[in-house]
Amino acid sequence: MTETADRTAAPAPATPALAAEFETYAAPRNQWWDVWDQFKTHKGALFGLGFFVFTLLFVFVGPLVWTMDPQFIDIRARNAGPSLAHPMGTDQLGRDTMARMMAGGQTSIAVGLTAMALALLLGTLVGVLAGYFRRLDGLLMRTTDLFLAMPLLPLLLVTIMLFRDPLRANFGPEGGIFVLIVFMIGVTSWMQTARVVRAEVLALKEREFVLAARSIGTPSRRMITRHLLPNVMSPIMVSATLGIANAIITESALSFLGLGFPSDFPTWGRLLFDATDWLTQNPERVIWPGMAISLTVLSVNYIGDGLRDALDPRIRGR
Amino acid sequence: MFDTSGARKLVEVRDLKMHFPIRTGLMRRLTGSVKAVDGVSFDIYEGETLGLVGESGCGKSTCGRAILRLYDPTSGSIVIDGEEIAHAPFDKLRRLRPKMQMVFQDPQASLNPRMTVAGIIGEPLQEHTDLTADQRLERIYELMDAVGLNRDFANRYPHAFSGGQRQRIGIARALALNPKFIVCDEPIAALDVSIQAQVVNLLEELQARLGLTYLFISHDLSMVRHIANRVAVMYLGRVVELAPRDALYEDPLHPYTRALLSAVPEPDPAIHDAANRIILQGDVPSPANPPDGCNFCTRCPQVMEICRRIDPDIQEIAPGRFVACHLYTKETEKTAAHAAQSTGA
Repeated sequence: MTETADRTAAPAPATPALAAEFETYAAPRNQWWDVWDQFKTHKGALFGLGFFVFTLLFVFVGPLVWTMDPQFIDIRARNAGPSLAHPMGTDQLGRDTMARMMAGGQTSIAVGLTAMALALLLGTLVGVLAGYFRRLDGLLMRTTDLFLAMPLLPLLLVTIMLFRDPLRANFGPEGGIFVLIVFMIGVTSWMQTARVVRAEVLALKEREFVLAARSIGTPSRRMITRHLLPNVMSPIMVSATLGIANAIITESALSFLGLGFPSDFPTWGRLLFDATDWLTQNPERVIWPGMAISLTVLSVNYIGDGLRDALDPRIRGR
Repeated sequence: MFDTSGARKLVEVRDLKMHFPIRTGLMRRLTGSVKAVDGVSFDIYEGETLGLVGESGCGKSTCGRAILRLYDPTSGSIVIDGEEIAHAPFDKLRRLRPKMQMVFQDPQASLNPRMTVAGIIGEPLQEHTDLTADQRLERIYELMDAVGLNRDFANRYPHAFSGGQRQRIGIARALALNPKFIVCDEPIAALDVSIQAQVVNLLEELQARLGLTYLFISHDLSMVRHIANRVAVMYLGRVVELAPRDALYEDPLHPYTRALLSAVPEPDPAIHDAANRIILQGDVPSPANPPDGCNFCTRCPQVMEICRRIDPDIQEIAPGRFVACHLYTKETEKTAAHAAQSTGA
């Protein structure tokens, strides 16, 4: 074997030559640099990241440049096609579609990211606890089954009826609905993640490196954060990217049913549904939010794909 | 030859039992147990290597893992360096962990694929010492030197290494906290022969340098003969014979040990063909349902009537030589008579 040949003596600090030789060994590099190096080689992921950043700039920085009020009604300019005054046209009340796309994007992306984060947190927590602690397994997985069996729409109807007003009083009309929607989407979409994570943890728990960590005396919480979570990253990543898409689409569906944000409050889903009535006259009004939703979802999926590959040291460097 | 007379006992195992429950049916009712380790007792002296041999499934690995409390033993006592650990709580155990470490069988599975070599070797340091990052790195480099790994490998991940190199990483991790006692759970079984020699030589060299004590679990009898000072032979969860190496290999007492040793391949073809092998008939009984009497009675070539009724205790029949077999029980007659009496009464 080669490593025996180039075995090095323990560094003697006395001689400068040896000290210099010791300097040549690269200190352990932060592994996120390796992750970034690998991520850069994934073209789709880079493209996705670029587009996602562009979308974020469009919806969050855009309103500073395109200062038109999304709620401003100019009834004489209604149903206009794209023009210099309204680059994406106007809706049936003459509101500027580009301004509404920006305002709507803020809500949609915020809902998507927060709901996904909540679902992921819940799902990973439940999955890891159920997989790692045998005593909690039965209880947690039956709870998961319960949530899976729960009919989503009646549940949403009841919750929104019950909690809309107190939340509005506490967080303001939009803030209250935002909290409610994020919470409801998060709470009803963590189950798949939990099941996948539990299955992975159950398998990992029996691997010898976990046994080795136990023989070192690693306590459970560091066992989970150091050994289990990094190894269940792939399924979590996939759930995350699919979760964003799912949350944006569920939010649009809720808005459409009148359970979400108020009807004059733009979100991408809302814009899309409002535009369907005018499909024949102004097809571009459907295309803008539709494209925005699908391209954002696609870009997030690609980012997730690239991250998953980059986080796996076995794939890294190929 | 290692002299046990003056040495201190580092590990004392008494009547260790590790039973795994079997649950069946809809209600997961307890219907029995797999007696993987069923009443094992032995001592390991400071600085020696105790070889633990036996066929697959006889409970060798379970025994090694139970001694390090990777399982919670069903009963029995384990004393390591004067401290009872068989039922110690987690905190006490964690404090004692640095003294006892383990080298695992499968070097691929025993290294976290998502951690760098530096991370893997540094984990015990991170858990049990207050070293700064620089001091830790220094110690990691020292350990890598000690096991013959190039320092440049510190940033690589386990998948980039060969089996022998991975095993060296595992050994470096076990050495990180200066342990006294290392359980080597078939450390060479997953390696090819040339690498086996390297790893075993490394283990011996480290033992000489650092004064380590090993429990060397293996089914490779030739390798155990090479490395061990004393050898314990296990069969179906029991130690059937425990003796100094040379005595055991030259004059095996227990019929099972004889059968096991006669199966060792002989490099000389003439001797190989002429070898008078003892071929055991039948299979190992299930550890969930061991036979009455001696565990080996179903396959023993010298089985006697008493073997099917009474389980022989392990006895010292010569200095340092322990065997559990009725062939050597001086008081067989008496015990048998006593047993007959008690069953009759």
